[in-house]
Amino acid sequence: MSVLISSRLRQRLGQDWPGHRLLVREPLRLDCGIDLGPFTIAYQTYGELNPDRSNAILVCHALTGDQYVADPHPITGKPGWWETMVGPGLVLDTDRFFIICANVLGGCMGTTGPQDINPQTGEPWALSFPVITVPDMVRAQKRLLDHLGIDSLFCVTGGSMGGMQVLQWAASYPDSVFAAVPIAAAARHSAQNIAFHEVGRQAIMADPDWSGGRYLSLGRRPVRGLAVARMAAHITYLSEPALHRKFGRNLQDRHTVTYGFDADFQVESYLRHQGSTFVDRFDANSYLYITRAMDYFDLAAEHGGSLPNAFKGTRSRFCIISFTSDWLFPTPESRELVHALNAVAANVSFVEIDTDNGHDAFLLHEPELFETLRGFLTGCAEHRGLGR
Amino acid sequence: MVMAEPVRGAALTSGAAEAYPVAASRTAEGLRRDLGLIAEMIEPGARVLDIGCGDGALLAHLVRHKNVDGRGMELSQSGVNACVGHGLSVIQGDADRDLEAYPAGAFDVVVLSQTLQATRQPRKLLETLVRIGRRAIVSFPNFGFWRIRLHLLLRGRMPVSHLLTHQWYETPNIHLCTIRDFVAMCDEIGVRVERSVTLDRHGRPYSLDPHGSLANLLAEQGVFVLSENRGEIEATAQAAGRRS
Repeated sequence: MSVLISSRLRQRLGQDWPGHRLLVREPLRLDCGIDLGPFTIAYQTYGELNPDRSNAILVCHALTGDQYVADPHPITGKPGWWETMVGPGLVLDTDRFFIICANVLGGCMGTTGPQDINPQTGEPWALSFPVITVPDMVRAQKRLLDHLGIDSLFCVTGGSMGGMQVLQWAASYPDSVFAAVPIAAAARHSAQNIAFHEVGRQAIMADPDWSGGRYLSLGRRPVRGLAVARMAAHITYLSEPALHRKFGRNLQDRHTVTYGFDADFQVESYLRHQGSTFVDRFDANSYLYITRAMDYFDLAAEHGGSLPNAFKGTRSRFCIISFTSDWLFPTPESRELVHALNAVAANVSFVEIDTDNGHDAFLLHEPELFETLRGFLTGCAEHRGLGR
Repeated sequence: MVMAEPVRGAALTSGAAEAYPVAASRTAEGLRRDLGLIAEMIEPGARVLDIGCGDGALLAHLVRHKNVDGRGMELSQSGVNACVGHGLSVIQGDADRDLEAYPAGAFDVVVLSQTLQATRQPRKLLETLVRIGRRAIVSFPNFGFWRIRLHLLLRGRMPVSHLLTHQWYETPNIHLCTIRDFVAMCDEIGVRVERSVTLDRHGRPYSLDPHGSLANLLAEQGVFVLSENRGEIEATAQAAGRRS
């Protein structure tokens, strides 16, 4: 069967993008029961692995993040999403630590996802791609670490869905995780969050160009639906005070309202911009699959309905971080995690950081976040024998 | 529910430099003397939870000098951030609310220093302390201290002292007690007092019987080592077993 692969699609498949690729030949048994494989993991590394292989830090990216933590994004050219955190002399110090970040399974930046060609049909997987879960993402990452010869990670960290992966790592591979830092995360996706995700998915699927998910084969792209999904989601990453501080009711390049439906307000113009730039770098079907993985995440359910069970006997050191204005993953969810870790007498620190930057605070310049993480990692490094 | 947030650590424990203005009240390592006394009571290598750990002065001392497996809980965010920033394992939490999850005997020692009087349910808290710790070390200001009595008697105003620095309308200290009150409560709830020390104004121990009226008059604070009266509980259970 032949299929026309446009240059755009070739680019989407990430053949020209910088970074490492690992082809995993042995299939991965997914939670849905399907064996996926062979599959590709695209990843970036920063710094050097020490001879003991004891200084590796795995960074897990969020829903729309990618492996370009501290490199310019190959499509947008924008700086890496955690460039303020990862680099020489920074909190995740590349002079001391070996930093790894892999694009998640189901993603669209080089790791196998629904936009890739299904070898059995010769066409993009689209909706025939199996539904993946956060545990699946972590299993795939474990394969990568096995390949890199890293038995034990010094630290696993990440925000939002990245934090979910951190928790999954700590629960699934406790002996491979010396320290775990889930930021702005939770042990399960709340009903409200599932609801927001469903709005986003419906927006994508309502776009006629989505074409039942087969848009790549048909040479179309559901950019309007994906942009609306991004706009709705973006609101949930901010906070009312932050939106008000940034935009208030200010008008966009005009002195008075136009009595129409143009973007009169700055906040509208901002959201439209967020939506339109997002579609350049993200795949609509990937968005469906990854949001679904987050919806399915429930660490307690995985462990007989008891969250403490997920961490029974853990020797990892935890640092849980939440933000006061985060209404997507609010502090009580982090506190619930802390209580579960207390119940198994785990070594846990918990910091709530006062900010009006909302859920997105983990991506922004938050001095207290940096200080907390630096102090925690310094303490852990001493215990790990990595020196000060 | 009234959320009178008691300002523990920040204002009462190690952050309480202002409550201890005199250099004489510190140990050679710079630790507040009452904390130094508590530190002496803790065996090396113990699992310790310091509730209301403030900026982590005691915890840092214990980790450094006694190699303890130390954890802390602190209400004030600035205190917690300072602790975690210094590599200590501390959670932001409220003694009244966030201790329930710990299993019985999770710690060798649970420390509650100058915090009891700022909690909403001190009695329930004490029961929790001896449940989650094999031993609990509790220190608190003695409201029966003669200067406090005199303050109230002569001035007719709510006492303000160097340990109790707040005016009545802004104090986080909502459950003040005397040493006698404390001992009576321990008796009532069947908590065993293993050891007790009373301290003078400068944090030096008195050689007085901590249960006598003189200590209740002369001591500015008390430090009590408590444990769950397991023997008694078992005896009661056995007696109940025989009856049934």
